[in-house]
Amino acid sequence: MTRPLLDVRDLRVTFQIQSSGAMPWHKPKQLRAVGGVDFTLNPGETLGIVGESGCGKSTLARALIGLVPATGKAEWIDGKDLISLSPRQMMKYRSDIQMVFQDPLASLNPRMTVGQIIAEPLTTHHPNLKRAEVKERVKAMMEKVGLLPNQINRYPHEFSGGQCQRIGIARALIVEPKLIICDEPVSALDVSIQAQVINLLIRLQKELGLSLVFIAHDLSVVKHISDRVMVLYLGKVMEIASSDDLYAHPQHPYTQALLSAVPVPDPDYDPVASVVPLKGDLPSPLNPPSGCVFRTRCPRAEARCATEAPALSLGDHQVACHFPGPLTETEIARARRTEAA
Amino acid sequence: MALLELRDLSVRFRTNDGEVHAVNQVNLDVDAGETVGIVGESGSGKSQLSFAIMGLLARNGTASGMVTFDGQQILNTPPKVINKIRAEKIAMIFQDPMTSLNPYMRVADQMAEVLTLHKGMSKKAAVAESARMLDAVRIPDARARVNLYPHEFSGGMRQRVMIAMALLCRPKLLIADEPTTALDVTVQAQIMALLAELQTEFGMAMILITHDLGVVAGSCERVAVMYGGRIRETGPVGPLFTDPAHPYTQGLLAAIPRIDHGDEELAAIPGSPPNMSRPPEGCAFEPRCSYRREECAHLAPPLEDFAKGRARACFAPLNDVRGGRATVHLSEVEPPAGDIDDDDITPAPIADAIIGGAGVAGTSSKVDQP
Repeated sequence: MTRPLLDVRDLRVTFQIQSSGAMPWHKPKQLRAVGGVDFTLNPGETLGIVGESGCGKSTLARALIGLVPATGKAEWIDGKDLISLSPRQMMKYRSDIQMVFQDPLASLNPRMTVGQIIAEPLTTHHPNLKRAEVKERVKAMMEKVGLLPNQINRYPHEFSGGQCQRIGIARALIVEPKLIICDEPVSALDVSIQAQVINLLIRLQKELGLSLVFIAHDLSVVKHISDRVMVLYLGKVMEIASSDDLYAHPQHPYTQALLSAVPVPDPDYDPVASVVPLKGDLPSPLNPPSGCVFRTRCPRAEARCATEAPALSLGDHQVACHFPGPLTETEIARARRTEAA
Repeated sequence: MALLELRDLSVRFRTNDGEVHAVNQVNLDVDAGETVGIVGESGSGKSQLSFAIMGLLARNGTASGMVTFDGQQILNTPPKVINKIRAEKIAMIFQDPMTSLNPYMRVADQMAEVLTLHKGMSKKAAVAESARMLDAVRIPDARARVNLYPHEFSGGMRQRVMIAMALLCRPKLLIADEPTTALDVTVQAQIMALLAELQTEFGMAMILITHDLGVVAGSCERVAVMYGGRIRETGPVGPLFTDPAHPYTQGLLAAIPRIDHGDEELAAIPGSPPNMSRPPEGCAFEPRCSYRREECAHLAPPLEDFAKGRARACFAPLNDVRGGRATVHLSEVEPPAGDIDDDDITPAPIADAIIGGAGVAGTSSKVDQP
């Protein structure tokens, strides 16, 4: 078996929250944003991460590149643990792991030209490169992402949202990374532009053999681009499986509820009949439920779920649930009744 | 007679960047009890259309044409007249429930305000009615929750509060402007199911404005697709999705990744939407259209009926669009937005761009003069 590019074990991110009106000697509350995530990422693979807002998907991405302090292990292909590296040591790996952000315009410096923006990672990581060489590479990269190289001296505001996202992708690719983390790269774009950027990412990945971590809340987009998909809920992994398997045979009740809620652009599809309702709201990460974090909203929760947190099962289709399997008609009907009550 | 009739409704904005043609000659009917979806990308004019109906346009905006509601002309009527109609007969819910609720007021006070103002109820009765309405939108423990502030509700609950507030006077028409865009999918499904239920319960018509074709397919009877301020295609939801007659509708449907389909490559629409402060002479979709022909660059195609209840605005023959017989093949590389010609190495005029760019609607800018 090939060695995974990234092997993450028990990754945790906890924020200290000082409650309002607290005094300096008061103990801050613990907000568990990511609570022990395990996954592996193979070279050339796309891992999609889905979940509702507040489930910790962005925090997880930021923890991987050291933008937020984390505990646990994230082993890179050469055996180094990225979490324990000092910032200076991490610098070497930053050129291997790049990130593309959500808001295309806000993640570009408005006072730098496109050429300067794309060249910056290159001049940072390879300070000895000649200027002509840098310019040459920037132009080649612009062409690769579908920008005209003669726009090198333009400023970000002169570009549309989709083009700005292309600039962001070019900036990430210029240092020839092995892994790109895309944090909601298309959610700020219109449907017609979104497809352009998705196609671009898929094409570049094939050409360059990149690994992608693709974070999005849009389940259809994630299905389209990912080889494997991880479902997060309240900082915990609920299910990881290959994209086809997860969407066709979801095992975890949460995954089933999530998938059923996706609107389908087909008038014959009846959303009311097919949606698995979830009761209540997302619990606060300051005070997560005991045992399984999903039990408060699960149509299948039993006493055991409150006491014992389910471990992620082994194999290709991993589920963290005591009672995995497709929800039955009666369970869905019961869930609908409790929601209506 | 339709409940709401729009005739040649146009909206213009005066900005430092020139006159923006946000909405152009829109004709649309909404019958009582019917759900009409308006789909479009950002900048297509779908929101401004609804603001014009409600008389909520920004100060630099003007609307022209006719809006008839229940036999009464309501476009550009004085506040005294439109205020009676707003909230009592036409209500609106907005995209972001947090910014549309007043953070300083308890939910009870904001909701009761509607009733005391429009129905002349006492405060006490109004609060009781508000609690009943919160109960109707399935907010658990409504009696106690009515006294909370908006920030104490979650996003989905806030949208429920907004819906409850809109329904207080039992309007005949509800305009929902991207009601679920800020919400997660599971919450979105709940809100859409709730809206459908309330609609039958209260027997009101609804205009659902959204960019999400999936939401439209699940909840509307008729759809109008907007692009560049004009309606490009309208029709019943079934035929429009299975047999799109306009190149843009077709492109949109092909560009969305679908959860119920395989992983074939998405057919992206090349290029980007037009800048409506410099509206193109002909069809606004022409630069991105693979069915374009000569007249498209100079003439804007009119919206014409081609089947019962269906209309489209396009010069390309219907059978060509249906059969996918494209006239041009477009590449995905596009020139940058704006209208500057391709200059090779000359830097963009910085001073002009930055200072002139400060021409936010309403501010004066000296740099604007040529």
